[in-house]
This record gives sequence, C-alpha cells and structure tokens, in this order.
Amino acid sequence: MPKILEKYELAPKTHYLKVEAPLVARHAEAGQFVIVRVNETGERVPFTIADIDKEAGTITLVVQEVGKTSIEVGALNQGDMIHDLLGPLGTASEVEKFGTVILMGGGFGNAAIHLLGKALKKAGNKIITIIGARTKELLIMEEELAKVSDELVIMTDDGSYGRQGLVTQPLKEFLESGQAINRVVAVGPIPMMRAVGETTRPFGVKTIVSLNPIMVDGTGMCGGCRVTVAGETHFACTDGPEFDAHQVDFNELVKRTRMYKPQEQHALDECRLNKKINELSNETANAGGK
Amino acid sequence: MNPQERLKIPRHEVPAQDPDIRRNNYEEVAIGFDENTAIEEAQRCLQCKNPLCMQGCPVSINIPKFIAEIAKGAMDEAIRTIRNTNSLPAVCGRVCPQESQCEKTCVLAKKGKSVAIGALERFIADYDRKNQISKEEVTVSSTGKKIGIIGAGPAGLTAAGYLAKLGHQVTIFEAFHEAGGVLIYGIPEFRLPKDIVRSEIKALENLGVEYSFNTLVGRTITIEELLADHFSALFVAPGAGLPVFMHLPGENLCGVYSANEFLTRVNLMKAFEFPKVDTPVFCGKRIAVIGGGNTAMDAARTALRMNPEEVYIIYRRTEKEMPARLEEIHHAKEEGIKFLELTNPISYAGNDNGWVQEMECIRMELGEPDASGRRRPVAVPGSNFTLPVDTVIVAIGAKTNDLIMRTTQGLETSKWGYLVVDPETQMTTRPGIFAGGDIASAEATVISAMGQGRRAGKAMHDYVLNR
Repeated sequence: MPKILEKYELAPKTHYLKVEAPLVARHAEAGQFVIVRVNETGERVPFTIADIDKEAGTITLVVQEVGKTSIEVGALNQGDMIHDLLGPLGTASEVEKFGTVILMGGGFGNAAIHLLGKALKKAGNKIITIIGARTKELLIMEEELAKVSDELVIMTDDGSYGRQGLVTQPLKEFLESGQAINRVVAVGPIPMMRAVGETTRPFGVKTIVSLNPIMVDGTGMCGGCRVTVAGETHFACTDGPEFDAHQVDFNELVKRTRMYKPQEQHALDECRLNKKINELSNETANAGGK
Repeated sequence: MNPQERLKIPRHEVPAQDPDIRRNNYEEVAIGFDENTAIEEAQRCLQCKNPLCMQGCPVSINIPKFIAEIAKGAMDEAIRTIRNTNSLPAVCGRVCPQESQCEKTCVLAKKGKSVAIGALERFIADYDRKNQISKEEVTVSSTGKKIGIIGAGPAGLTAAGYLAKLGHQVTIFEAFHEAGGVLIYGIPEFRLPKDIVRSEIKALENLGVEYSFNTLVGRTITIEELLADHFSALFVAPGAGLPVFMHLPGENLCGVYSANEFLTRVNLMKAFEFPKVDTPVFCGKRIAVIGGGNTAMDAARTALRMNPEEVYIIYRRTEKEMPARLEEIHHAKEEGIKFLELTNPISYAGNDNGWVQEMECIRMELGEPDASGRRRPVAVPGSNFTLPVDTVIVAIGAKTNDLIMRTTQGLETSKWGYLVVDPETQMTTRPGIFAGGDIASAEATVISAMGQGRRAGKAMHDYVLNR
C-alpha cells in the first residue's frame, strides 16, 4: 500500500499529500490522475496528480474536502497508508513549444497547473498564470506558481488579496491586449473552466480544460465518465481528462456530475455527524480526565 | 446397471429458490444437487466409448470418468479427475453454457434429455470445498522461471494455476483492487457466490501465485518493462475493455448505464449495501436492459432485486437467438422480467435535470441470415412506440481497449481490434507474449477464456523451458 510521506494543510480544507508510489511516479506525466480508495468500503475516486518526483518515487495529491471520500483522504496523516491507489491514468497533457500559454487555476487546480507549468516552461513557453480564490486564506501554491510563471495574476472574490474579481477578467484583458496568446489551459471547478472557455471562444484561442466526471474503474471499462465533446461521446478516463473547452458539452457534464447528489449529501451529512460526535466524545473524555 | 435401466432414470433438474422469494434476495438462485440426487443423475450416463460430451468441453474435462466416479460414490477421485483439467470447477459448474457445449453433444440429448453434466460438476466442486478434499500443491521443484499474467479474470487465473503447478514463479497484475475479473465485478452473487470465487483465488495463492493489485499494465508498468525485468513469458488477458454504446440521442442522460458500470457498482463495489459502503448506484422503478446475452440477464436480474416496478429486456431479435444461457433466460422470466423481443431503442428523452424519462423504440422483424448465421433484424417502418423508463442499462457487448497494443511493440491486431494469436498456442505475433480471453477473441464466455488460459499455460510452459 502506498505510504503518505508528508501531509499538511495548504489552506483550510485543502490538503497536500506526498505519497510513495514509485511505479506511478516513474510513468506519470502532467495532466494524468490516480484513482484512490480509502478503505475496504470506500468509493473509487479520481484525483489529479499535482506533482511528481521521479527520483524520489513520489507523487503529490492536493485534496480539497468536497465529499465523504475527500474528507477521509484529508484526514489521513503522515505515515498512514492509502488503501488502494491506481495510476497514472488518462492521457497526459500536450507539452510542446506553443509560444505564450495562459494557465488558469482554481482551488486544487492550482497544483495541477503548477505541474503542467513546469513542463511547459521547460519546453520553452512563456507562462502567464492567473489564479483565483474566494478569499486570501484559500489561495494555494502562489509561491510555486510564481517560480514557473513569467507573469502571475492573483484574483480574489472579496478583494482580500490581489485584484478583486473573477479570473476571467484578467484573461479577457490579455486576450484583448493584442499580444499573441497561443493556448489557454484551465483546471478547477466546472463553472470556472466553462467561463474560461466562453471567454476565449470569441478570440479563437485553443483552450484546454481538465474534466473530472464521476468514474468507477478509471481504465475505460465502465463508461460512467462519458462526456460529449464536439458532438461525440468520449470516455474522460481514457480519451481525457483534457478536452477542448470550446467543444465540451458542459450542460451535460454538470448534470452527470450531479447524478448521485442525494446519496453524496447523505454520506457527507453522516460523515460530518460522525466527526462531530467523535470531537464531542473526545472533549467529554478530556473534561472527565481533569 | 445396464443401459436400459440407465435410460429409465429421468433427468434431475437443479432445484432453485422460489422466484417470489429470490427476487428479494441476493442468495444463490440454483441450489444444487444433494449427494443422492447427484449419484442417481450420474447413473444416467451411458459411459459412451467415444464420449461426444468431451468434444463439447473447451477444457476437455474427462466427463465420463468423473461421472462414473460420482455414480460409484468415489467423490475424491471425481474431484481429482475434474481438477486435472479444470482449475475452477465450482465456477464452471455454475456459469458454463452447458446446453451449447457438453450437454449439447451428450448422446442422451438426442434421445431426450442429456445428463446434467454442469450440475454434476457443480456438485462435486461444492463437495470438494465443503469437505476440503483436494489440496492443490506444487509437487515439482521450481523451474526458476518468472511468468507474468496480465488480468486476474478467468483466463488469467486458469493460466496462473496451470503454470504455478508446474513450478513456475507466477505474478498476476490486476488493475482492480481485487482478483476475479468478470467473476467478481460482473457475474452477480445470486448466480456465482463470491465466496466461491475467493476460495479459488486463495487456492492459487497457496500454490505460490503472487498478486499485484492496482496495477494497470500499459500505465503503471509496461510489457516492455516486465520483459526487461526477467519475465520469461507473459500472458495478456486484461478482459472486456470498453463497453459499447449505440450512439443514440440521449444515451448520456443520467440513469443510462453500461452493464459494466451498473454491475461493477453492485458486485465489486457492493452498492446494494449503500450507505454502509460509499459507492452508490441508481436503480429506479422502470428499468430497460438492452441486449440478450448473459450480461443483460445479469443486469436485469440484479436490477429486479432493487425493488422496481418493471424490468424489461429489450432485444432486437427473438428469444431463440438470445446468446444467454437457457437457464438464465428461464430464471429471468420466472422472476418476472418482461421480454420485449424484436424491439430496438432509437432514442432516449430526459427531464430538465438530465435524467432519462422515456425511450423511443421500434419494432423489428427477422430478415435474411447475417454473417453470424442468425437472421438479421430489420426495423418495421412506422412501428415506433414510447416506453416510460427511469433507468436504462446497455448490455450489448464490449470492444477491446488498445492500451497494451499501443504501449507494446510487435503486437498485431485483427480488423476487429483483437490481438492476433496462434490458435494452437495463444502466442501473439511477438514471441514470448501470449494472450487470451476477451482481448483475443469474441467468444466472451468464462469457459472459452479458461480454455484459452489453459492452452496458453501449456504453450508457455514449453516456451520458457525450451528457450
């Protein structure tokens, strides 16, 4: 079982996990993902590979707490084992010299674009990075992204850091500035990726998004991750996860990712309740000891 | 007993759970023979000098011999006879399409009803497990040869068992977190209890077979790396690959599943126990399963156990052309599944939230025979009708995943995407790499995969020793 070598909180409810997985690390490239199962009764859930150290034989996952499984992964500590980890899965990002590339990140996506940014920088591209968060304390990977970026723009919804507003604002400004933008890559929540696609569409700039639909096996065998791209059905696990933002049927994607919302909510409520009960019983136990 | 006396014994049918009870549980449907019934049934065998039944068996079990042994109550000998050529008898006794194999060619089939060979095989395998008779062990010394098996399904497990017994050091690479392949993720508990599969897998472990789970060959490690890592031969049996959809409008609506996904959620991930387990599955009130094979029957009967109002099997030909085992069709009907023959889906329509609500179908009629020899279904113009459904399960087959072909040099594929193999040895176009199961043929049954695993095992043994 893969061991967690390093674990810390990047931001509230966002965790950094460095995992010992030599074979995955050896073959992994930017843009790929792994499937994780936390325990015997756990669900198989995909996580984007956020960093790779081939020499050390480690990969990094940046996990944002959104559901039961991500909360459980977030609760693991240094030294713990990940019950099951399969990867690297999916098709790697295209990396070549495009010219100027704008990388767009939101939440955990900042880690993914950092990994891609390193590869694109090495390939000789000029990197402009635009990242955003609701508020300053939720912004992650700023320092690391600054290192691979020729230019870094930070946006927060509440204006607590960087500029106030959405990431698509500076994107539009760059596109309108007249400078050549050869490619845009966005990794983050679906509404953000969709908005990036709509922003670049009138400018005809090739825009890549990394989709994260519901998966089971992650190897092409179940077809649960079907997405419609340019009117054709693709399996995100094998044909993706990266697709042309201008061709993705986002409406369908949003609906399909909500397929198990009631069940997910139920599991999440129960998970939070158990967490609360544990906390309370610990407090009671501590109080009793005094 | 003389042949006349034998012929007088009527065939014993396998008892089954009452349909009204079993549709509410996941326990095994077919109950199996007790010892007396098995002996009586075994006495029906005429012990032909030229046993045609054996010709119908893809792994060439010595059928008359094991049946004669059961007939005289020599159960230990019977199990040894079967295990000699079949490493998964408890599985085959349950999932083989006997009526189109051994029982089809049985002499008695021509005169009335064949010997219940499948039920006898199941009986003796269960007897073995209950009484722990056969202890599989490696009796030969190690050959020092490393052999890799890709995929822990029926083909891979069979080859692994065969090679381990001959003293080779066998490692199975499996993408899932558990071994068994279709026996675990696909075939439901009520048809093949998972305890049985797990005990067969354990038996292989006792033979020294090692498992490497969460290992997708082609991604986690490549064939080229395995060969460089001193594997003398490899058997590629990764299974069904990619589910086929019909590319109909609305096929990506929520509530439309491939049978692979639906069954994997329920069987491997145990979604029927949600929320005790984390993996959910949606199964609504009106379910349409598209297809007429065993997978379609499995999906329909699994859905039925989730308390719906109606479950339909929708098939474009007639029941007669269905590739499913007769017993499965029979059981499905008994349980109350409605068969819409000569019917094909055209499109699906959904609600505002993207959930399937109804499907449009068209009636079919049978025309001229096609390449498969079955009469080709042709749509009847103007016969369209609408069926309200909230769950659709597409079970029309799978195509190969070309991951291994793309990441390995020298592997040729046929125009249908299967790996080209020598039918005698299962060797691919690259020496030392063998292949079997769904990646190498369209046969798509557990027993044919096992037959190929066994053939490959033999050839791999020769290959690694003569190199």
